[in-house]
Amino acid sequence: MSGFLPFWPEQASAYAASVDRLVLAFSALIIVLSAPVFLLIIAFAIKYRRGKPADRSHPMNRNVWVETSWAVIPFLLILIFYVWSTQLYFGLHRPPADALEIEVVAKQWMWKFQHAGGQGEINELHVPTGTNIKLNMISQDVIHSLYLPVLRIKQDVLPGRYTTLWFNADKPGTYRMTCAEFCGTDHSVMGGSIVVQEPDGFSLWLETSATDSTLAAQGAALFRRFGCSGCHEPHSSVRAPSLAGIYGQPVALNNGTAVIADAQYIRDSILLPNAQVAAGYAPIMPTFANVATESDLIALTAYIQSLATDNSRSAPIPTNIAPEGTAP
Amino acid sequence: MSALSKTSEDGSIIGLEHEPAGETRHERESYLRAGHTLRSWLLTTDHKRIALLYLVSVTFFFFIGGLAAAIMRVDLLTPEADLLTNEGYNRAFTLHGVIMVWFFLIPSIPNVFGNFLIPLMIGARDLAFPRLNLLSWYIYWLGGLFTLWVLVSGGVDTGWTFYTPLSSMFAQGNVVMAATAVFIVGFSSILTGLNFIVTIHTMRAPGMHWGRLPLFVWSHYATSVILVLATPVLTVTLALIAAERLFGLGIFDPALGGDPLLYQHLFWFYSHPAVYIMVLPGLAVVSELVAAAARKPVFGYWFVAYSSIAIAAIGFLVWAHHMFVSGMSMYAGAVFSFLSLVVAVPSGIKVYNWTATLWKGHISLDPPFLFAMGFIGLFVVGGLTGLILAMLAVDVHVHDTYFVVAHFHYIMVGGTVSAYFGALHFWWPKMTGRLYPVFWGRVTAVMIFVGFNLTFFPQFILGFLGMPRRYHVYDQQFQVLHVLSSTGATILGFAYLFPLIYLLYALRHGTPASANPWDVTGLEWTVPSPPPKHNFERIPLVTRKPYDYEVEKEEQS
Amino acid sequence: MSRAAASPPLVPPAKQEHDATLFGMGIFLASEFLLFGGLFTILVFYRIVHGHEVVEASKELHLWIGALNTVVLLTSSLAAALAAKSAKDGDQRLTQRLLLAAAALGAVFLVIKAGEYSLEYGDGMLPVPGGGGQLVEPLSRLFMNIYLVATGLHAVHLTIGIGLFVFTAFRIWHRSIRLPQDQLSIVVPTLYWHLVDIVWIFLYPALYLQR
Repeated sequence: MSGFLPFWPEQASAYAASVDRLVLAFSALIIVLSAPVFLLIIAFAIKYRRGKPADRSHPMNRNVWVETSWAVIPFLLILIFYVWSTQLYFGLHRPPADALEIEVVAKQWMWKFQHAGGQGEINELHVPTGTNIKLNMISQDVIHSLYLPVLRIKQDVLPGRYTTLWFNADKPGTYRMTCAEFCGTDHSVMGGSIVVQEPDGFSLWLETSATDSTLAAQGAALFRRFGCSGCHEPHSSVRAPSLAGIYGQPVALNNGTAVIADAQYIRDSILLPNAQVAAGYAPIMPTFANVATESDLIALTAYIQSLATDNSRSAPIPTNIAPEGTAP
Repeated sequence: MSALSKTSEDGSIIGLEHEPAGETRHERESYLRAGHTLRSWLLTTDHKRIALLYLVSVTFFFFIGGLAAAIMRVDLLTPEADLLTNEGYNRAFTLHGVIMVWFFLIPSIPNVFGNFLIPLMIGARDLAFPRLNLLSWYIYWLGGLFTLWVLVSGGVDTGWTFYTPLSSMFAQGNVVMAATAVFIVGFSSILTGLNFIVTIHTMRAPGMHWGRLPLFVWSHYATSVILVLATPVLTVTLALIAAERLFGLGIFDPALGGDPLLYQHLFWFYSHPAVYIMVLPGLAVVSELVAAAARKPVFGYWFVAYSSIAIAAIGFLVWAHHMFVSGMSMYAGAVFSFLSLVVAVPSGIKVYNWTATLWKGHISLDPPFLFAMGFIGLFVVGGLTGLILAMLAVDVHVHDTYFVVAHFHYIMVGGTVSAYFGALHFWWPKMTGRLYPVFWGRVTAVMIFVGFNLTFFPQFILGFLGMPRRYHVYDQQFQVLHVLSSTGATILGFAYLFPLIYLLYALRHGTPASANPWDVTGLEWTVPSPPPKHNFERIPLVTRKPYDYEVEKEEQS
Repeated sequence: MSRAAASPPLVPPAKQEHDATLFGMGIFLASEFLLFGGLFTILVFYRIVHGHEVVEASKELHLWIGALNTVVLLTSSLAAALAAKSAKDGDQRLTQRLLLAAAALGAVFLVIKAGEYSLEYGDGMLPVPGGGGQLVEPLSRLFMNIYLVATGLHAVHLTIGIGLFVFTAFRIWHRSIRLPQDQLSIVVPTLYWHLVDIVWIFLYPALYLQR
């Protein structure tokens, strides 16, 4: 695909292939719709050139039915494609529940990826083929956008809010990854690559790049370092809600509503602790806005998630991921 | 008023009154001769002179913006950062965007040709508020001076979209000054739009009811409504950016729980309709040119007239199609995708109706009409790639890539700038009283068409291949297409310079033009070229529809 | 109807100019209203997204000072409306006095507003250097930012209105405006004044009454 004049990008997922089919089919339609305009303008310019004799009798200056039909028929044809493309888009926004999750932090001007086993990467993302991968992304400063052209997907990465992107790559290889949203001085070099590997190769990579502790274990360390444990652990003298088993569960708030304790809620509760206070507790927690980085927050969330007693993530952690405590 | 027009249905083609006027000879002379001092130009309230002031001003900014583009295209010849630094490139494209959008495209056709022609076309002696008109030119220049200040003080590096939090908390350039420039020029737009609306409502000549307005006026009416209603939202949004930067009053700051997407919603609520501000006047010009080229009435006058209004109205409801990958809800995405497809319908009507207008016409291939046909071709490509972008799943892939860059340049440059040149070549004899060499006009029209396609067609492919916009360090595989694009840009650059030479040459040495050198209809062609200071000796009585070529046709057959 | 009747004189007739001016002013006011429309959108948005916190922040505002100011501004609007009426009646003296009264009430509004700001500054509730000490909650700071920008923008408009009224009153005194023939010169600034008033009528509940 490094020909002199490339004109079609590589595909590395079934989704990419389906987007390409849509593009081709829709292009065919718009060529059908526009060709008459181009051809007729040229034909008329030749045939009815000023001063040239031609049959110009009975010209029409209006015809409501003709006009209505060329307004309505193309629109109805386009609507078919609208349904098609919107379905694909909705699919892109409904990540499968069993997806392997990878945490992403974007900042000026680099991408940081965190695997559940504790492996971290910068500007490079290793993923296995044939596996649903879900990226949970957040930005530490401005808006970025993770763009993977071979998968035909991108998603803006916002400060203060998690966004997700999921895919299932099926073709091993190393592909380009870029930032698509203008993010300041080094925007055009804020790139990297995505390395799609066969599952075996991926497990090998996980093993060789494993660190001392998993993401959750890193979070546990932070949990003690920031002093969270002083209040949130049982037997603490301060009255604070226990965090065991809350991940993914509804939390009743003191204003009578309830929220699901997802990553966004946990992040907001650490940074804006008095915004959504759990019912029955006093708003006494200080903010950690100037203490915890986005990476810290991700680790803390992973730790709280690991405290889940009933394991709300229905899927077991894939066996090819280094389990906790298998550091070399 | 309707009784009046009925009694005179058998009048002359336009029904112009030729009664002895109570004016002095001086007043009947060309507006160009009514005073030669600098003061007589800078303090003029004559809409025609103000139009020429705008013509000079927007041309100036067009070439500054074009220079920024030229520097970018040279830099993009190689995949490395050699001519410009990363920061330098960011400043170049930001400046290109800000100048071209607010100081060229938005004011270009409305302020030059709208100003000159609307009173002439509706049979009025001036706009409703002549002094306000002059004021808006001064406001334009005040904004322009701020922009030039930004330019010499090192530029600004946010992109023309000023997205937060980049613009409010991180960018190093002169953001406040640039936002102020856009803020100020916004008031110029509002005042111009207001002036046009009131003029079209209250100043039409007797018998010039809405069904007799040239389509040019209809489109400018739609444009003006958008100018008046959308611009203030941008104004306040930019003011908030400035407040955040200057005083730390964060409104969109995520650290305070603010939402950067809210900024995008507000920005595009203005800036998407602004796209129609830029293109509707182009459609206005082309409707006139197509009818003149074919010497036929525009096919389906009412469809074309109402399609302008429909574009303006629906154009307010599609802004979030710039945000399909921003993290907005997918249901919002589905709604805005649908509405974006709906807005294509009136645009499609226009294109098909223009094509039908040419059928059985007497088609001239003089320069203005070549520009108009080029416009149709480029506008169709731009519009249809817009449909591709409105498709959610495809937009996820090509959003913020060169595909988008190519798409909006087809609309803005291929469309609006072609229409602008078409208008310049069509009404130049009316504005200056001189004919220009037709041969060079044709050469320019063809060169612009060819150069444009060579510049921007490769960018569609680049975008589909995954080349993000606002990148000047890029993957090796894209280089060939970038070189092609830069080659096209060179041709385009020369083509833009040509008219500057032969039109200025014609100003002094051109053959004097008759009142109606193209032999077309329209009130502006019934007055001498250049028109007298007060346009009409007596206000005309309009008794016919626009584009009424039937009379002559009967004579021929 | 004769044909000559279709040829109006060079200067447009007064009626046409009158209509055009009022129409133009109407469009300008619509445009101005949309300027504040952006701010209202922001307020409504944050109210929906962070309802609880916005309500809490709103409770910190001095409800009764705002209410007093609403009354002051409504009274000034009444004076402005009466000025427009007396201009139509041709009463130069009364018009002049009413305009000055409206302007004075506008100034009273600004004085009260300044007092309110300084109270808030003293309480550490105003997001300016040295004045925002008590704004520890990010969202209450966000709300006060919007409050300051919105009321500040309104105050700028009000100041322009006061200037217009004083200038118009001066022109009546200077006899460069004659009534009732130049009544448009009175009507246009009073229309602007009503806009400023109406914006406040929306701002007051949007800022103070979110409880």
